[in-house]
Amino acid sequence: MAQQTQSAVVPPKITFWERFENNRNLLGLFLMLPTAALLVTFLAYPLGLGVWLGLTDTTIGREGVFIGLENYKWLFADSVFWLSVFNTFLYTTVASTIKFGLGLWLALILNQHIPFKSLIRAIILLPWIVPTVLSAVAFWWIYDSQFSIISWSLMKLGFIDQYINFLGEKNNARAAVIIANIWRGVPFVAISLLAGLQTISPILYEAATLDGANKWQQFRHVTLPMLTPIISVVMTFSVLFTFTDFQLIYVLTRGGPINATHLMATLSFQRAIPGGHLGEGAAIAVAMIPFLLAAILFSYFGLQRRAWQQGGGH
Amino acid sequence: MFGRKKEKETGREGMGYLSSLPLRVVTVYVPLVVFIILLLFPFYWMGLTTLKPDTELLDLNRFNPFWVTMPTLAHIKKLLFQTSYPRWLWNTMLISVLSTFISIFCAVLAAYAIERLRYKGSRFIGMAIFLAYLVPPSILFIPLATMVFKLGLFDTRLALILTYPTFLIPFCTWLLMGYFRSIPYEIEECAMIDGASRFQVLIKIMLPLAVPGLISAGIFAFTLSWNEFIYALTFISSSENKTVAVGVITELVDGDVYHWGSLMAGALLGSLPVAILYSFFVEHYVSSMTGAVKE
Repeated sequence: MAQQTQSAVVPPKITFWERFENNRNLLGLFLMLPTAALLVTFLAYPLGLGVWLGLTDTTIGREGVFIGLENYKWLFADSVFWLSVFNTFLYTTVASTIKFGLGLWLALILNQHIPFKSLIRAIILLPWIVPTVLSAVAFWWIYDSQFSIISWSLMKLGFIDQYINFLGEKNNARAAVIIANIWRGVPFVAISLLAGLQTISPILYEAATLDGANKWQQFRHVTLPMLTPIISVVMTFSVLFTFTDFQLIYVLTRGGPINATHLMATLSFQRAIPGGHLGEGAAIAVAMIPFLLAAILFSYFGLQRRAWQQGGGH
Repeated sequence: MFGRKKEKETGREGMGYLSSLPLRVVTVYVPLVVFIILLLFPFYWMGLTTLKPDTELLDLNRFNPFWVTMPTLAHIKKLLFQTSYPRWLWNTMLISVLSTFISIFCAVLAAYAIERLRYKGSRFIGMAIFLAYLVPPSILFIPLATMVFKLGLFDTRLALILTYPTFLIPFCTWLLMGYFRSIPYEIEECAMIDGASRFQVLIKIMLPLAVPGLISAGIFAFTLSWNEFIYALTFISSSENKTVAVGVITELVDGDVYHWGSLMAGALLGSLPVAILYSFFVEHYVSSMTGAVKE
């Protein structure tokens, strides 16, 4: 009897709460709940829903019915869609390449011994901090067809004799949005690569110099191989952000002139929200996924491969 | 984690002293100055346009466009008193703060569970959360818009407060996992031997030690939600619920093209809060950005 009361009084206090607290799996599950709830409801589920919507003819205000691959067939024959695919690739390739080049250059400069280094680093990151939409508004004004400061300066310097139509002409508009994208992306690449550069030990450079390596050889055979892992991650992110860009285009050109700057993201928005064709818009968004995966895999593994080529081959 | 410390310890200059001053001017200072000028010019231009009266803005021949002769606050005044701008600022602030707090709360629990409890399948969940970070909003906004509509959240700020954590939590969790990893197990074990429960360990030991990480994650999350555009553009339709980014684009730009002054003022004022916040926590920001890349 006495034993029974003891086991009835003491253990219940231990059993539930303490056992729960000491069970990693249960407690882990419990702590994961808020995150899981939010991510499953607003990330995983919409991802699936998007794929489903792409297979229906849903419009705003009307539930769609399943129409199989009809949307994709339609898009396959749609020249505007293919133009947007082309634009997205052009935009991503050109902008990412230049961002990488300039970013690496800037990182190498910042890695030197210069006065006010942390202040300069802070200033350089500013374009990356401020809302893209708002800096895009500034670019919009800089690219204005009548009051552009670039046109004005070039005129005064005598390089051109009439104002440049930055956003109204096909290739000008493409160049203009790419430049704005580069302006915003270079700081991210530069500061991330700088962090990578700072982990390279100066001893390696000293050893290379003693072996008679010149500046270029040091860069080619010490800096680049040491930096490759971080380059691959930074560029994967950069490609990802550029490929899915929406804000810059929406503010600067809304895809115009004559769809010359439409990216897949902006086209998907235009068809789905102002156009009302949710199904078609979702199909375009889903069509981005394989391209996106390919782009990520390419930049990730492409650069990874170069890493062991450099490590093993030379 | 903080690059700066390392920098000082290892004598970063390396062999920089070997190159002569004229060479350094050409290879370092000239390109650096050009970079800084190009990166800052749009901000200068924003500020200048904000202060210029319309006559100066539209007459490039009588006035030098690179300077302002008669600065005016008229554009800012117009923005603050004749548009819903203050309301948009307040909305953006509210949405950013709340979604940041929700995200940090979820991320702390999740990161602790993944990194320290190591429950069954935690490796896999960790990877899944990293992959979730790679899902771009531009492929989610259409299905989310239909969900938001069905849930009756369309055109409410709650829609944004609930959806922003989807891109904030993965990032914050990933960052905090790195921070928790750097805290030695022994501290936790000591506290548990002294009779602390798991929750006490989390709240009284881990969190105070991870404060730099929490600040980094918070700043980064706040900036990301302040800058968010596509969800806000899609889910919000009435002027009083708009965020700054959406309000400036949709309401200040109307047929009349000559609103450049107030448009620039809107862009400038909308950028200031994040810029100020950032300037106070540069190191944290940089470490969170580069930390996330390095992991």
